[in-house]
Amino acid sequence: MSRTLMDEELEHTAEAPDNSLANAAREYVSRVRGGDVGPLPAILGLVVLLIVFSSLRPETFTNSFNFANLLIQSAAVIVIAMGLVFVLLIGEIDLSAGFTAGVSGAMLGVVSTRNDWPWWVGVGVCLATGAFIGLVIGILVARIGIPSFVVTLAAFLGLQGLLLQIIGEGGTIRIQSDTVLAIMSKTLPVWLGWAMFVVVVLTYAAGTYRQMAHRRSKGLVAQTPTVWLIKVVSLALLLGLCTYYLSGERSRNPLVSSIKGVPIVIPVVLVLVVLLTVLLNRTVFGRHVYAVGGNAEAARRAGINVPRIRLLCFILCSTIAAIAGILLASRVNSVTPNTGGGETLLYAVGAAVIGGTSLFGGKGRPVDAIIGGLVVAVVANGMGLLNQTAAVVYMVTGGVLLLAAGVDALSRRRAAATGRA
Amino acid sequence: MTSTMTEAGGAPPTVSNPLLELRAVNKHFGAVQVLHDVDLTVQLGRVTALVGDNGAGKSTLIKGVAGIHPFDGGDYLFEGERVHVHNPKQANALGIEVVYQDLALCDNLDIVQNLYLGREALSSGLLDEISMEQRASETLAGLSVRTVKSVRQKVASLSGGQRQTVAIARAVLRNSKLVILDEPTAALGVAQTEQVLRLVRRLADNGLAVILISHNMNDVLAVADDIAVLYLGRMTAQVEAKDVNHSEIVKLITGGALVEEAGKVKVAEAHEVSADVDDAASDESGAQS
Repeated sequence: MSRTLMDEELEHTAEAPDNSLANAAREYVSRVRGGDVGPLPAILGLVVLLIVFSSLRPETFTNSFNFANLLIQSAAVIVIAMGLVFVLLIGEIDLSAGFTAGVSGAMLGVVSTRNDWPWWVGVGVCLATGAFIGLVIGILVARIGIPSFVVTLAAFLGLQGLLLQIIGEGGTIRIQSDTVLAIMSKTLPVWLGWAMFVVVVLTYAAGTYRQMAHRRSKGLVAQTPTVWLIKVVSLALLLGLCTYYLSGERSRNPLVSSIKGVPIVIPVVLVLVVLLTVLLNRTVFGRHVYAVGGNAEAARRAGINVPRIRLLCFILCSTIAAIAGILLASRVNSVTPNTGGGETLLYAVGAAVIGGTSLFGGKGRPVDAIIGGLVVAVVANGMGLLNQTAAVVYMVTGGVLLLAAGVDALSRRRAAATGRA
Repeated sequence: MTSTMTEAGGAPPTVSNPLLELRAVNKHFGAVQVLHDVDLTVQLGRVTALVGDNGAGKSTLIKGVAGIHPFDGGDYLFEGERVHVHNPKQANALGIEVVYQDLALCDNLDIVQNLYLGREALSSGLLDEISMEQRASETLAGLSVRTVKSVRQKVASLSGGQRQTVAIARAVLRNSKLVILDEPTAALGVAQTEQVLRLVRRLADNGLAVILISHNMNDVLAVADDIAVLYLGRMTAQVEAKDVNHSEIVKLITGGALVEEAGKVKVAEAHEVSADVDDAASDESGAQS
């Protein structure tokens, strides 16, 4: 406590804008110590997990086949979690997102396989199904005022039944569209993977540099070029390493079939996370979502149509879940009555929360879903490689989720104590 | 604002064209009559304190002005024109902003985001953070607010006085003409109260009309130009602050009345002053002269 007080005094004495790297680091440390931890615990956890599993299973865990597999495995959960971020931001929950993905995926199968329509019609119907489910949930929660926990619990059961009804007891709908199947099973050509890497890094560097320069020119406090450079270089290193790793041959039998390159699902997830981040950080809608999550009454008095924001968040969540439904269907080439069931939803909620999205509303980012989703996937994947039974995997994953929610609650207390709630 | 100023012309300040004028407004909730024929006049560039005991109707009067609970009857004149204010949007459109006691700030947003909440500046469809941040800094500087370290601080990290400042700055930023402050110092310490009162004074000095609701007579006497007293739903007096002292206000609040005596306005004792009102007893001897 006394340390924190001293730090604050230090901050107050530093009146002139100090742009040094040391100051940036000091401010970050003081923020974390004040309880504003962001995705830091998840990143640290991810690093620890990677080290543990890499040392326990040096061959099977670290090879590029498993690495690509891990990313593909986690994609659907990550996408559902990105949708859940919107609902969690306004302090609500959607327990039905998993089966929303299942039902939407089934509609894709019904349209494109059973009726033999083009794949894009199927995808359109799939997304529309998700949006409609979100609309119904949103109206029940935001307009009528039934707690979201109950509405989505009912939807969880109802949609499970609907999925069974669509597909038939014990049946499956095969997905035959090559375009849909390619998302999870095909890879980009190696050169395209690298081109994408270059474009992403350059766009990020140019975008953030322009913003920094613009703020400087207007005399506002901006991040220092050193911090900017560190961020750009770390991003380039991280993505470069992944691209390099994925560009190698990872087929067990390269003569029969060669697998190399970035899986198509990765750019799909990246585009989604960029779009959603822009939506939340740069648009009026996004600002209002945070406001409603922070203080709904204040938002209402500021003239924000709170029920409309709530409704839109539920529609977005379910529509994004429908995208996950396409990924789920693409991954196993079919839709079954259990698609999106089982642990899918709980992993997704876990992913969002582990990544640093608060269950209390008002705090969270789409990118958190990626970090949290990777943690969940690494636990499941690594435990599997350690030949642990499903029983142990569930228990460990449950423990990780509890740990994450605990970190959230503790950091909130810490934040309240240091005035950074 | 400017039009009213020019109309005011050479008239003496106290009787210049009022910004807001209520004439005989009434309000009842069901069978309960809360406001009886209340008159109120509010001038630009002046702080009008609205005082009264609990249940006197202060909040109801303010909510009527702000359009939250529209008045049942009477005249509502703004800048000399009769207007109908039936919802908060209409009040905002006239240039009326209310800063409520609970401030209504979002803790998870920073100062700039809170100042612009609900009316964000846009450039090509996206939020224009830079112009918002610049104007936020200018507004705070214009109000001589120097206590906040950075306008990008989360509101959660601000002290009570700073939060009050942000809430008031938000009202000012919205090009308001009349700012209504509901108990702005109720939860503040001595230094922060001082800070906020100075800010209230500055609002009026910058040409805005201010209505200040307060229970604290020291605050009222420190900043108010006019004092309007409500007692059981009736406006018992609207006087200039310089004409009354602490104990006289307390007497008015507790049911005393104004009487004219040899050309001078005096406050007469209420017939039934409740004995348990703070300060009233101790100051009585001084007020009777």
